[in-house]
Amino acid sequence: MSPATPERPVQDWATDFDHTTQAWADRAPEIWRDLRGRCPVAHSDRFGGTWLPTRHEDVAAIAHDTEHYTSRSVIVSDLRPDVPAPVGFAPPITSDPPFHEFARRLLLPAFAPRAIAPLEEPTRQFCATLIDDLLAERSGVVDAATGYAQHIPVRVIAHLLGVPEADGDRFRTFIHRILERPGQAGEVDPEDLLTTYLFRAIEDHRAHPREDLISYLVELDVDGSPLSDEHVVGTIALLLIAGIDTTWSAIGASIWHLAQHPEDHRRLREEPELITFAVEEFLRLYAPVTMARIVSSDTEIGGCPVHEGDWVLLSFPAANRDPEAFEDPERFVIDRQRNRHAAFGLGIHRCLGSNLARMELRVAIEEWVRRVPAFELADPAAVRWSTGQVRGPRTLPVRLLGDDS
Amino acid sequence: MRIRFDRDACVGHNRCHLLAPTLFDVDDEGYAVPLVEGDVPADLEAAARLAADNCPEFAITLED
Repeated sequence: MSPATPERPVQDWATDFDHTTQAWADRAPEIWRDLRGRCPVAHSDRFGGTWLPTRHEDVAAIAHDTEHYTSRSVIVSDLRPDVPAPVGFAPPITSDPPFHEFARRLLLPAFAPRAIAPLEEPTRQFCATLIDDLLAERSGVVDAATGYAQHIPVRVIAHLLGVPEADGDRFRTFIHRILERPGQAGEVDPEDLLTTYLFRAIEDHRAHPREDLISYLVELDVDGSPLSDEHVVGTIALLLIAGIDTTWSAIGASIWHLAQHPEDHRRLREEPELITFAVEEFLRLYAPVTMARIVSSDTEIGGCPVHEGDWVLLSFPAANRDPEAFEDPERFVIDRQRNRHAAFGLGIHRCLGSNLARMELRVAIEEWVRRVPAFELADPAAVRWSTGQVRGPRTLPVRLLGDDS
Repeated sequence: MRIRFDRDACVGHNRCHLLAPTLFDVDDEGYAVPLVEGDVPADLEAAARLAADNCPEFAITLED
């Protein structure tokens, strides 16, 4: 690991917040609630000036406003990338209209429900295999984050893209560098860069075409020309980064919830059909993803003036807990009937992989609930939540009670 | 009850199709396609309400 900048303690979350600190990760939902009550559009001078709206109304308005905000970079860091809009580093997530629609439509069919359905059975079998291993652990204490949740999206995304699943550890290194300590990794050996890895994967797919998403992108014909290598690399980087930690986080947070709420675990065992609602409620209450925008022309957020070049954190997790938008928002209601959660974002950048992510989360929880009759947190103090814009448990020791196999 | 669907507001969350598959299909890009024109059959009114109450974009509204 490269040396990282030490954390500078936060004095007041309303005027000096820092979402990359462990102090934030340890109690983010509490911080959002506090801010929503006393300072619904918080600001920090960190990262060169960053805003944090916590009301659903403000988050939704920004997500729908591509006129005053650019997606040129969606991860807040000390650097504001000068990659020209509208393409950006990782199209389409870093693209603005009108290029955005072009880049997105290339990918939509690969992630539509019909394309995702065939992945369900292999995912279920993989989850079952992971659980076999966990149940064989003699101590009965396992890490549900690193021993279960983490492996599921790595496997699915590697399969979808057509890169070796054995490279999972390398993906995690790339992702950690980009998501958890953005811009703070120091010098990285070019051999160890995600882009170097992906350029090689593209060359390999050109030489040996196959049935996967990289081959699909490499072979695309757009009005007589292929996509640029930069576009293909950016898009694959996006799918890799966006598809792994996010889903891992959602699965882990859901298991964390069930470990502490045996009544919800029991209901899912007794009424498996509740899973459709339960999955959306997990997504609402434990939405893993916060996006970011850069203000592209002066405007205001809920009456608060913001200026060109400012960062804005688009906290879908905070929006999902706004009492103005959700009844009893801090409570997990397993069969919540009105649930317009924004876990997958809002507007034109709605998570492209949402159908895939939802399938993985549902199957991972279905299999867990079916095979694990009872479990609890083995050491609540040992649970560690990730820092940065993707929130989920990274260490989650649980004790499996009883055997149902 | 009638369903009013705003195609421009739909961004493909797929919530309506999951909750009310007899009322909403999805196309090859994942956007919703309403299946019922005119009055919603009485036995599907609850499903229509679910679809409307769970659309994050408020793209589905119900008219009496």
